[in-house]
Amino acid sequence: MRSQSKFSWQALFTLLMFGFMYLPIAVLSFYSFNQAPNSAAWTGFTFSWYSQFLQDSRILSALMDSLAVSISAVALSAVIGTLMAIGLARYQFLGKGLYQGMAYLPLIIPDIAIAVATLVFLATIAVPLSLWTVIAAHVVFCLSYVALSVSTRLVDLNPHLEEAALDLGATPLQALVMVLLPQLMPAIISGCLLAFVLSMDDFLIVKFTAGGGVTTLPMEIFSRIRVSVKPDMNALSVFLMVTSGFVAIVAELMRQRTHKKRFQ
Amino acid sequence: MTSSVPKSEPTATAPSPKWVQPTLLLAPAGIWLLLLLVVPTLLIFELSLVPNINPGGIVNPSGLDNYLRIVQPERLNVIWRSLLFAVGTTVLTLASGFPVAYYLALIAPQRWRNLLLLGFVLPLWTSSLLRSYAWITILRPTGVLNTFLSSLGLPTLDLLNRAPAVLIGMTYSLLPYMVLILYASLEKLDRRLLEASADLGATPQQTFWKVTVPQSLPGIAAGTLLVFINGLGDFINPELLGGTSSMTAARLIYNQFLGTTQNWGLGSALSMMLIMVVSLAIALLIKYGDNHAKSI
Repeated sequence: MRSQSKFSWQALFTLLMFGFMYLPIAVLSFYSFNQAPNSAAWTGFTFSWYSQFLQDSRILSALMDSLAVSISAVALSAVIGTLMAIGLARYQFLGKGLYQGMAYLPLIIPDIAIAVATLVFLATIAVPLSLWTVIAAHVVFCLSYVALSVSTRLVDLNPHLEEAALDLGATPLQALVMVLLPQLMPAIISGCLLAFVLSMDDFLIVKFTAGGGVTTLPMEIFSRIRVSVKPDMNALSVFLMVTSGFVAIVAELMRQRTHKKRFQ
Repeated sequence: MTSSVPKSEPTATAPSPKWVQPTLLLAPAGIWLLLLLVVPTLLIFELSLVPNINPGGIVNPSGLDNYLRIVQPERLNVIWRSLLFAVGTTVLTLASGFPVAYYLALIAPQRWRNLLLLGFVLPLWTSSLLRSYAWITILRPTGVLNTFLSSLGLPTLDLLNRAPAVLIGMTYSLLPYMVLILYASLEKLDRRLLEASADLGATPQQTFWKVTVPQSLPGIAAGTLLVFINGLGDFINPELLGGTSSMTAARLIYNQFLGTTQNWGLGSALSMMLIMVVSLAIALLIKYGDNHAKSI
């Protein structure tokens, strides 16, 4: 092979694409500190856009609705998604292929189709739309992400540990809670973080399944940015980016911890 | 699902019958998915067969009118445009994502790889709406791009509310997925094959096309499929960056349910069509993937 110089065109191109990935983020951050509300030119430094959205009661109540939906949906998914992954890893049964197909379907079907189907279902059984219908709809895709994360970890686990616990007189529940769950915890947490971020970000499914009283953050953002460019949205973007960037790094550290444990 | 029959019970000392444990593990998620995913999908299939249905109308199958309505020229245009956006985004992400994944997986220093990859996909964790919003700020007539261009004395570009803006937004949203999948595939590449190829006298280009690309084909196929599916169902980028000229299938479906003139039957038919195209793409991948596995 030709000598690998440090400045290969791939390195240059990768640098360029890093620029592409961070350009919008840089632009939002830049304008979040710009005094002029509607100009591309820099007119001076200000924090006022940050204080504006932090005092905006509609934004804050939307954030509360978003957190209520995502935390409830992820908590429920963590339980039933983990149980499902364990069940699928442990048992062979008639129709397992179908069950698995169903379990990972939400990862494949476009959001718009899930949103439409859920709305039609709720209308057919005449359930009034509310915060609860949003949570129910979010559990569908959240549990798939949790199960996916847990099942990859289950493959690498040592099954003898649980058998040993059972041989030493533990009940199946004790063996599950005291032996299996601690080993699965990093995978459960990283699955939950991914599900949480996707749930916080979801616009379509919420829009279709939320009742009149529910407005999540993406719904509030959508209704504002569709009309015109709003400088306080820049500040909100930066705030959310820093928060989710932090979550992303925690998730990655969790994943790496899982990965390391695998080779111990 | 509740009648699952386990073949192997992990313990003989369990006092409960054999079916209790698998049911406890599998029934909650199974029932949830059955009730909120499988039944709803069957319902929209039923609804799609009802002509001119409005909210609150009676579900009563009677024909294929809604599907015939889709193949009328104006709606066929919308579907064609959705496919073009999805294919265009797939090509753009593959062409720009492959060199990046190649660099990150094979050329970058070992200890920086994970960090660089994390850095590349980090924007994925930000709000998808606000990412599109950032592109509005950049691409609008008095935005960052045009300010920059005119300061250089170059002619300005009118990209917002047109197809190029949608393609930029979709490529931006989906590129991290493509890079992640290609990276996973290239990282597993057996480097000895590359060395062997070079030792046997192949040029770097020959090695690339005859060893690297065939070896990473499963990753390319998976990345292509993922981007295509997500591109086809994308609502946010066409809605925010495309203007009225970029109506896509997802936007059309949205309007049938939440727009001013609603038609749930037509919306359901369009949704079924979307699900069918996606299923077809996956079936092709599985078939192609199997053929590929056999050919090796």
